[in-house]
Amino acid sequence: MDFNDTKEEAEYRAKVRAWLDQNAERKKSSKDALPSLGLEEALERARKWQATKAEGGFACITWPKEYGGQGGSSIHNVIYSQEESKYLVPSGFYAIGLGMCVPTVLAWGTEEHKERYVAPAIHGDEIWCQLFSEPAGGSDVAGLRTKAEKDGDEWVINGQKVWTSGAHYCDYGIVVVRTDPNVPKHKGLTMFIIDMKSEGVEVRPIKQMSGESEFNEVFFTNVRVPDSNRLGNPGDGWKVALTTLMNERLAVGGGGGADWEELMSLGRESELEQMAAMSNGAVRERVADWYVQTQGLKYTRFRTLTALSKGQTPGPESSISKVVSAAKMQDLGSFAMDLQGQAGIIRDREVSPQGAIFQNQWMGGAGYRIAGGTDEILRNIVAERVLGLPQDIRVDKDKPYNELPK
Amino acid sequence: MNFDFSDDQKLLKESVKKMLSDKCDLGRVRKVLDGDQPFAKDVWDALVEMGVTGTAIPEEYGGLGLGALELCVVAEELGRSAAPVPFSSSVYLATEALLVAGTEEQKQAWLPKLASGEVIGTFAMAEGFTAASPRTVEVAFNGGKLNGTKVAVPDGDIADIAVVLANTGGSGDKALSLVVVDLKASGVTIEPVKTIDPTRSHANITFKDAPAELMGTEGEGWANTGTVFDSAAVLMAFEQIGGAEAAMWMARDYALERYAFGRLIGSYQAIKHKIADMYVKLELARSNCYFGAMMLNDKGAELPEAAAAARISATEAYRYAAQENIQVHGGIGYTWEADTQFYFRRSKLLALALGSALEWKDKLVARLETRNAA
Ligand SMILES: Cc1cc2nc3c(=O)[nH]c(=O)nc-3n(C[C@H](O)[C@H](O)[C@H](O)COP(=O)(O)OP(=O)(O)OC[C@H]3O[C@@H](n4cnc5c(N)ncnc54)[C@H](O)[C@@H]3O)c2cc1C
Repeated sequence: MDFNDTKEEAEYRAKVRAWLDQNAERKKSSKDALPSLGLEEALERARKWQATKAEGGFACITWPKEYGGQGGSSIHNVIYSQEESKYLVPSGFYAIGLGMCVPTVLAWGTEEHKERYVAPAIHGDEIWCQLFSEPAGGSDVAGLRTKAEKDGDEWVINGQKVWTSGAHYCDYGIVVVRTDPNVPKHKGLTMFIIDMKSEGVEVRPIKQMSGESEFNEVFFTNVRVPDSNRLGNPGDGWKVALTTLMNERLAVGGGGGADWEELMSLGRESELEQMAAMSNGAVRERVADWYVQTQGLKYTRFRTLTALSKGQTPGPESSISKVVSAAKMQDLGSFAMDLQGQAGIIRDREVSPQGAIFQNQWMGGAGYRIAGGTDEILRNIVAERVLGLPQDIRVDKDKPYNELPK
Repeated sequence: MNFDFSDDQKLLKESVKKMLSDKCDLGRVRKVLDGDQPFAKDVWDALVEMGVTGTAIPEEYGGLGLGALELCVVAEELGRSAAPVPFSSSVYLATEALLVAGTEEQKQAWLPKLASGEVIGTFAMAEGFTAASPRTVEVAFNGGKLNGTKVAVPDGDIADIAVVLANTGGSGDKALSLVVVDLKASGVTIEPVKTIDPTRSHANITFKDAPAELMGTEGEGWANTGTVFDSAAVLMAFEQIGGAEAAMWMARDYALERYAFGRLIGSYQAIKHKIADMYVKLELARSNCYFGAMMLNDKGAELPEAAAAARISATEAYRYAAQENIQVHGGIGYTWEADTQFYFRRSKLLALALGSALEWKDKLVARLETRNAA
């Protein structure tokens, strides 16, 4: 047992480091971060970095060479991310597009789609969003109502999406819609590539509980999409969507934010019962619990990486990641606020301990437990796919969509 | 990245698993529960025959000289089968204590016999209903004689020798020393005690001028116990995840068999999610165990934290799986006839064996603080 690279992995890592040294600034400490910017400037900064990566041969490492990827392995990708995290580089904006949407285009698109869309995405020129959830269904996304009707060699889309992260700055999206209401819900869906600048697409930001606006409502009014933008056959939309969702479960994880170390440093600085909070048994117990969880997740990733490194299919162990990290994020934030006394309610980057990281993640954790599959849906997935327990009873499974109660 | 056991280690695991499924199904465990044998002698003999009692003992002392990783895979299988054998006492504790603190003569005297299974060892620590520490240990070692009573000594009625944590009169943490005592010698009275898990025998042992020998340096007993317990914690954590996994699958299988309200109980989310949570806790623990195994095998600097993390998460995984397995079974799960009890009993026994999670959590944070200050 060891964490060592194989010879080939070590060579790749060295190449990555050399390139990063030339193109980015190394963090002085793990807490180092780029200054925060407004949306436009942050977007510009992220675009530039994506283009630099693409030119250097480190963007979309696992994608096929013929479409502008690097034809590399998952382990190369991981090595790159491990190294990149030691440098001050922009993140965000591209995760959904490059992590979920464009891989779906690669899996289901025609030759023309791949020629047209993949390279600009890799270079950061075009950003993608995922238009799945609707007011009528998030967990049960196949219950969606937005419909598309065929008109010559075009489709006309009407309806509404919701919670669409990044729709306000995205160029393209993949959108799943109902094309046949006369068959059971999973069978009447179709997936399209949509130009977000199309006439009839209206994006309205949603203000989150946290005060930020990262996701949106997207309205479709007689939006015309050429049939050539279809991904997969009419009626195959659910199968196509599953490709995206599988990638989503791989992409979501980690979480970031404050962890046991930040809690310990808070515990050293704050007092409880006239002593440093870190000498309080309840505080120590929580620090230990979260340390153990964080380590457990880290070494679970290492088990998955080991399988990848050996060219094997990873086991199902990574399916535990988001359930654990989302609850930890929220609970740890909440507990840390308890240590701040009555002033713990103050959420102000300038004055709250550690830049209000705990208040922010207490808030953000509430969203993280829902985004990309709720706690409950993820437990269902573990129970059904890993442990072979029965599916929930689905009363709507075999009935035509238009006969379902709504 | 090679964070996995080798093919040879997996092969060893499979062969131990096969032997145990032949010789030590839960029916065999039940015989120990219902009968008056203190342990499953035939299973122990089979383990000895496979050579696993000498796995981590160097060849010069008659062992196989393999690393800790081999012992980890054996431990996981023993846990899975809830084997009623004195393996942890003899191998993780007595053997390890001799390797850590024994003099050359003591090693030569006992290790070959522990390796061959001729002698069974144990480790005696507790004295009352409180965590043992330099403040509470009173059993005294003086002029080559041991006096006082140790309680709930694991396999105390089976073992031939015991490593005893004794008071030698120093101050603070230096009050304690490890001594080795032949339990068959004069001045030793052994009385089996009733515990929550009769499938693993325990006894109170009273020493009255019993001849004993100091191990290593006087006053180092508490520090050496810490060292022994770090490695034992990793091994026991593997035993715990073996048990937790067995309990999880028992719950899952029952959920696929039992109907209520016209549906399999496994189709109710309250049950599904419970079993999913067993899996989540189990995998977190397994990953921590792997890192503990690696640190133990490499004698890595992070062993103290890694051992604590493995111990804490494996204790939690087993607690949850064993107790909720009964819940999934309903009334039948609470009967003497049901096999659910074996994991339930064992999970708590192992949870307390090296000190409870409360102690380990505090120890872990103290270690993190030390590392932080450095
Ligand atoms: C920050 C954030 C970003 C998001 N970004 C995107 C995006 O970019 N694109 C996109 O398409 N969507 C996005 N979403 C939407 C997200 O995927 C959905 O919110 C999520 O799937 C839950 O769906 P819902 O909101 O309709 O809740 P519901 O599905 O209505 O769930 C309500 C409650 O019922 C529970 N529930 C539902 N079904 C079951 C069941 N079978 N068993 C047990 N409990 C159940 C849920 O767990 C939850 O507790 C985002 C959400 C958030 C919070």
